[in-house]
Amino acid sequence: MTKIELTVDGSKVSDDVEPRMLLVQFLREKLGKTGTLIGCDTSNCGACTVHLDGHAVKSCNMLAVQADGSEVTTIEGLADTYDGGELHPMQAAFHECHALQCGFCTPGMIMRSVDLLGENPDPSEQEIREGLEGNLCRCTGYHNIVRAVQTAAAAGKGAQA
Amino acid sequence: MIPAAFDYAAPATVEEALALLAEHGDDAKIIAGGQSLLPVLRLRLNAPEFVIDLGKIDRLRGVREDGDALVIGAMTTHSAVANDPLVAQHAALISKAVATVADAQVRNRGTFGGALAHADPAGDVGAPALALGAEFVIAGQGGATRTVDAADFFVDLFETAIGEDELLTEIRVPKHTGWGAHYEKFVRIAQQWSIVAVAAAVKAEGGTISEARVALTNMGSTPLRATAVEQALQGKPATEDAIREAVGAVADGTNPPTDLNGDADYRKHLAQVLTRRAVLTAAGG
Ligand SMILES: Cc1cc2nc3c(=O)[nH]c(=O)nc-3n(C[C@H](O)[C@H](O)[C@H](O)COP(=O)(O)OP(=O)(O)OC[C@H]3O[C@@H](n4cnc5c(N)ncnc54)[C@H](O)[C@@H]3O)c2cc1C
Ligand code: FES
Ligand code: FES
Repeated sequence: MTKIELTVDGSKVSDDVEPRMLLVQFLREKLGKTGTLIGCDTSNCGACTVHLDGHAVKSCNMLAVQADGSEVTTIEGLADTYDGGELHPMQAAFHECHALQCGFCTPGMIMRSVDLLGENPDPSEQEIREGLEGNLCRCTGYHNIVRAVQTAAAAGKGAQA
Repeated sequence: MIPAAFDYAAPATVEEALALLAEHGDDAKIIAGGQSLLPVLRLRLNAPEFVIDLGKIDRLRGVREDGDALVIGAMTTHSAVANDPLVAQHAALISKAVATVADAQVRNRGTFGGALAHADPAGDVGAPALALGAEFVIAGQGGATRTVDAADFFVDLFETAIGEDELLTEIRVPKHTGWGAHYEKFVRIAQQWSIVAVAAAVKAEGGTISEARVALTNMGSTPLRATAVEQALQGKPATEDAIREAVGAVADGTNPPTDLNGDADYRKHLAQVLTRRAVLTAAGG
């Protein structure tokens, strides 16, 4: 067992974990944060995306021990990082644009999309599509997801103006 | 799936990491970003008994200048390399190639040194490092440090000059300030390993190519430098026709794989087309 201390969704967490435990398992099984999903065994799908110190990573492709000392934000804590309402603007945009069908890819899509706008607040459609290349959706055909990111980007610009 | 059980340490210095490597020998495995290692462990294709995490060794991270060279720490993430202004200025070929690796999430964890040490023939960082004549700084037991040329670093499929009790600490890249650069990667779907890719850096003056550096990804068991093509390009006008002629023999002597993405002959054809495009774009055409 290895002792780790980290911040998850704003709360300090300290625990003893098996070194082989993946970060996604730690979040789901130890902390009960089942909002972060596991969609594949090959690190391809992006369903498990969370923020590690502010940037999107695949929590299935990282050991919990590697997150020692870091700050992790999951879909469950995302709205709290924004003090404007119950939903983060990206969550609101996904809702408004109907950017999901089964919803399995949605937590990862939203976490990556927030990071994408952090890097590039005004992306072109092409930049959005390329920026989301590590997130697979088997339902929507991506069009409404792209629209949601565009909507959130426009709302962000409005908020700054 | 989850990996088989292992013991773990995250040392704070290179010296401690080397001591752990010496102690555990064959049973130990280094983890850098884990973006290649963890998929392997999760599929149980490998099951080390001890994992040594380099993530807490701060001095392995970052990019600095040292005279005529740019020094990239082995643990610098792909994202940090892709966004680094010094790399963009002095080794633009590396910025461009690294930006094509995997996807944003993987680039946020995966490291430049980890990808080079992993030496996947379809990986995108080997060819640009080879083209620019990078040198690899390797730390060994008892404080020993040696520097290996790119030409000697890549030994075979997933095999480099790094010994079992050694660590790659930094990569020194000779500055290519003012050179045009392009990495032309051919894939069929988003976020895919290169079927073939070509790294090209070109120094052009008044529409004439004065020097060129070209290397190929996934045209053999290691990245390959296309020296004959580099020589053929020298002194040629930076026009499509002249470049087409100069790069015609780029696939001669290569031994590309045959797999579901294409057979060897198809890859040889691709190498020609992609080299023409890469050189033309690097030359500003
Ligand atoms: C979904 C997905 C898609 C990908 N697509 C691409 C792609 O298109 N192109 C591409 O180039 N790569 C791709 N990769 C791989 C990516 O580039 C990895 O980041 C990289 O290959 C390994 O870097 P790492 O830091 O994660 O190393 P790790 O996975 O931690 O280590 C890789 C190997 O190198 C050894 N090692 C690491 N660091 C050192 C060191 N300093 N000294 C000695 N040995 C060391 C380890 O022991 C291990 O054997 C992809 C990965 C994933 C998960
Ligand atoms: S579950 Fe992490 S990438 Fe698929
Ligand atoms: S909504 Fe079903 S996978 Fe995206």
